[in-house]
Amino acid sequence: MKETFYEYVQKRGVSRADFLKFCTAITAIMGLETSFTPKVVNALETQERIPVIYKHFQECTGCSESFIRTAHPVVADVLLDMISLDYHDTLMAASGTQALEAAQRTKEQYKGKYILAIEGSIPTADGGIYSVVNGKTHLEIFREYEKDCMAIIAYGSCASFGNVQAAAPNPTGATPIYKLTNKPIINVPGCPPIAEVMAGVITHILTFGNLPELDIRKRPKAFYRHRIHDNCQRRAYFDAGLFVESFDDEGAKLGWCLYKMGCKGPVTYNSCSTMKWNESTCWPVESGNPCLGCSEDNFWDFGPFFTTHAQIPGTNIIFNPDKVGAAVVGAAVAGVGVHAAATVVNQKLKKSKNDSTIVRTEAKADENKEVSN
Amino acid sequence: MTQRVVIDPITRIEGHLRIEIDVNDQNVITDALSSGTMIRGLEQIMVGRDPRDAWAYLQRVCGVCTTTHSIASIRAVEDALNITIPKNANLIRDIISYTQYVHDHVVHFYHLHALDWVDIVSALSADPKETSEIAQSISSWPNSSPGYFADVQNRIKAFVESGQLGIFANAYWGHPAYKLPPAVNLMAVTHYLEALEWQKDIVKIHAILGGKNPHPHFVVGGVASPIDINSDNALNTEKLNHIQRIIKRAKDIVEKLYIPDLMAIASFYKDWNYGKGLGNYMTFGDYATPGKSVRDEDSYLVPRGAILNGDLSTVHEVNLRDPEHIQEYVDFTWLKYTDGQKGKHPWNGETTFDYTGPKPGYKELDKTKPYTWNKAPRWKGNSMEVGPLARILVSYAKGVPQVKELVNWATSQLNVPATALMSTLGRTAARGLETKLFVDRLQETYDALIANINAGDTVTFDNSKWDPKTWHASGKTLQGVGWTEASRGGLVHYIVIENEKIKNYQAVVPTTWNASPRDTSGVRGAYEEALVDTPMADPHQPLEVIRTIHSFDPCMACAVHVADTSKKEITQINVIR
Repeated sequence: MKETFYEYVQKRGVSRADFLKFCTAITAIMGLETSFTPKVVNALETQERIPVIYKHFQECTGCSESFIRTAHPVVADVLLDMISLDYHDTLMAASGTQALEAAQRTKEQYKGKYILAIEGSIPTADGGIYSVVNGKTHLEIFREYEKDCMAIIAYGSCASFGNVQAAAPNPTGATPIYKLTNKPIINVPGCPPIAEVMAGVITHILTFGNLPELDIRKRPKAFYRHRIHDNCQRRAYFDAGLFVESFDDEGAKLGWCLYKMGCKGPVTYNSCSTMKWNESTCWPVESGNPCLGCSEDNFWDFGPFFTTHAQIPGTNIIFNPDKVGAAVVGAAVAGVGVHAAATVVNQKLKKSKNDSTIVRTEAKADENKEVSN
Repeated sequence: MTQRVVIDPITRIEGHLRIEIDVNDQNVITDALSSGTMIRGLEQIMVGRDPRDAWAYLQRVCGVCTTTHSIASIRAVEDALNITIPKNANLIRDIISYTQYVHDHVVHFYHLHALDWVDIVSALSADPKETSEIAQSISSWPNSSPGYFADVQNRIKAFVESGQLGIFANAYWGHPAYKLPPAVNLMAVTHYLEALEWQKDIVKIHAILGGKNPHPHFVVGGVASPIDINSDNALNTEKLNHIQRIIKRAKDIVEKLYIPDLMAIASFYKDWNYGKGLGNYMTFGDYATPGKSVRDEDSYLVPRGAILNGDLSTVHEVNLRDPEHIQEYVDFTWLKYTDGQKGKHPWNGETTFDYTGPKPGYKELDKTKPYTWNKAPRWKGNSMEVGPLARILVSYAKGVPQVKELVNWATSQLNVPATALMSTLGRTAARGLETKLFVDRLQETYDALIANINAGDTVTFDNSKWDPKTWHASGKTLQGVGWTEASRGGLVHYIVIENEKIKNYQAVVPTTWNASPRDTSGVRGAYEEALVDTPMADPHQPLEVIRTIHSFDPCMACAVHVADTSKKEITQINVIR
């Protein structure tokens, strides 16, 4: 029997107290009530390390860079090992044949038990010639490793939604992973995703032996349930109708709302405003930069980024921020009202859009199966 | 008899790189081929977009050198629109760039490159007491007790015994090309873990000034972070203090960990003097006196220039605008020039897909036919190397005092001549030496920022050209060029703006030079040339190959970002300055 995570950290000199602290921390990271902590403790005491095969397709390695920024010092190092990372292009010591053999071995030894993590989209145009490793197209490689995996984690906006290379005119036919598989899949969008979100998703699987609860876009609710705007530190200024009109103006110095500078916080589902970035040091809006919406599907084609009156993607609503706050009485109420309406419409559209996406997905998956066969 | 050995994927790099080598009976490499096997097509995607957004798209070329493409892009747009950014913006952007250097180079050394020189398994048989003595003799870094090294050794032991070796599985442990004694291996492995822990810290500077890392935010016309030392929502004393604290720790890491480790490891590999390569080195230059603009070329810390055939007595002038200076060839690339021309300047560049390679499923590529997505850029027809070694050599040859001092110190420590830098190990050493240069400059730039704020200047953004309506009379075409010395070498972006939108975008990227295939005359690229004549202990355990390739720090997504699906698209770019 393979050693459990607890046995593993014990050997490395981590005390029981530190281990329990770690369990409490990841319980919080996963967005669970503290009453779940004993379950986390129990799981980590009894489960062996899950092997992970992490494949890079059409990507920029920004997600891997984010992944290694995972916070909570001592245990973060352990976290990398706690998931026996058996293949990872950027980090592994072996190259070429030796590297591929390592992945192959895990694939065979842990049939149906390993997690397949993907960074990057897969180019499907022109027979997949736009991305090839060891003579094989990424689609072919994906099929090989998808077949026997337990679940797929699509790390980052490329793997989740196609991202920048899928922006018009999508020259290489860059395709997100969920359109190519019927396996259980978790989308972890963001360009890149927050480090602790990346760690939190995989930890959930290890701890509970199942996938975290996902929304209709297959994103874990723990991290993508709310819009950035809902928890934004500048939200009060939005409701009060106080906006930055130009970078470096008085409002910018006072931390007013960046909506008129093009901020996509109101239409972006992510944890930036609650978890923040780089050990909670800061996040784009706090630093004075409007949110680009990098965790949303096809956000690159909803630009320009710095437009004064951002059109809300997926709707025909152009919300004029000047009208909020114009009415002195009930400005906040007006703000909330506009929001509520926008949210409902947005969700409705999202829902219908998603229904059709699912249909498309299945069709596409069949199509691609034929190609790969 | 010659045998062909394929190494694909090359790991511990950014992106997808395939290397094929020919090895003779004596196990010496006689020829090599470098192939970039992934392409995305970002430049084509740029057409028709808002130039103020370009930095964000181009930033996604690479998440490792996450700030460099953004810097080149906003500089190109500011050049086209003739925007002069405020002094504080120059200072803050340079702080971001130096931070990127220090992060990138330290992570490259410990996490992408060290395992080519350091044997983890050998560290298990080290005497922690001996490791401690060595560590204390070369550095005042505090974590150096025998007990500390023993703890780390026990961790690794437990890891190995678990049977799940993760990223260290199936590697080249025990390979005869590893030369470090066990005690030094243990020291290096320990510092691998410490550097992994630390690298999260330095990027917080990007978070404070750009919101996040990887992929911090940028703005054409300056920086978006306002300065107001009396506001809780701007760059204030607390945030500046935070940056200062991070810089201090970064300086410690470079001076007490990176440089001593580098010199200690290098001293055991002095005789492994392979990988010289082309002997041709080039820089575009960057890093004006703190607060000055990139247009102030005379005050560059890293000057512009080219060295040919390793001759340090002459530095040739490089002109980014002269069509005779920089040309790109596609004879061995899966692209074609529709007019049949051989070399094209990027201003007149063309990127038309023409995949003529073998059907996927192939075992070998044919070096007499196109074999990569990577173009072959040439300077006055010469195949050139760019990057840290080129920067150190051009600066040294031009007599930059800080660089002369650093090179003299390092070469006397190792008791080798300056020309010994022209090698795999020299490339790795040059990266360390310039990190010292840049971390010092990081502190100086921070000090200059404080002084400038103290003098009453808090402006961070120039608003005069923000509104596209201010750009030009309708119909007029605007053109610009932006360059920087990125971690991996000279980087230059060209932009053409028409009717407030991007008409054309072109980038010439460091790894495009280094990972270049052959050109019309059959001259190899920098990777290829550097591999030739290297002896291997066992061609099927290609440690020597990845060692030399890693010394260049490949960034393949950068190298082969270009693509264009329209069959006859011709990009014409002119630069006005």
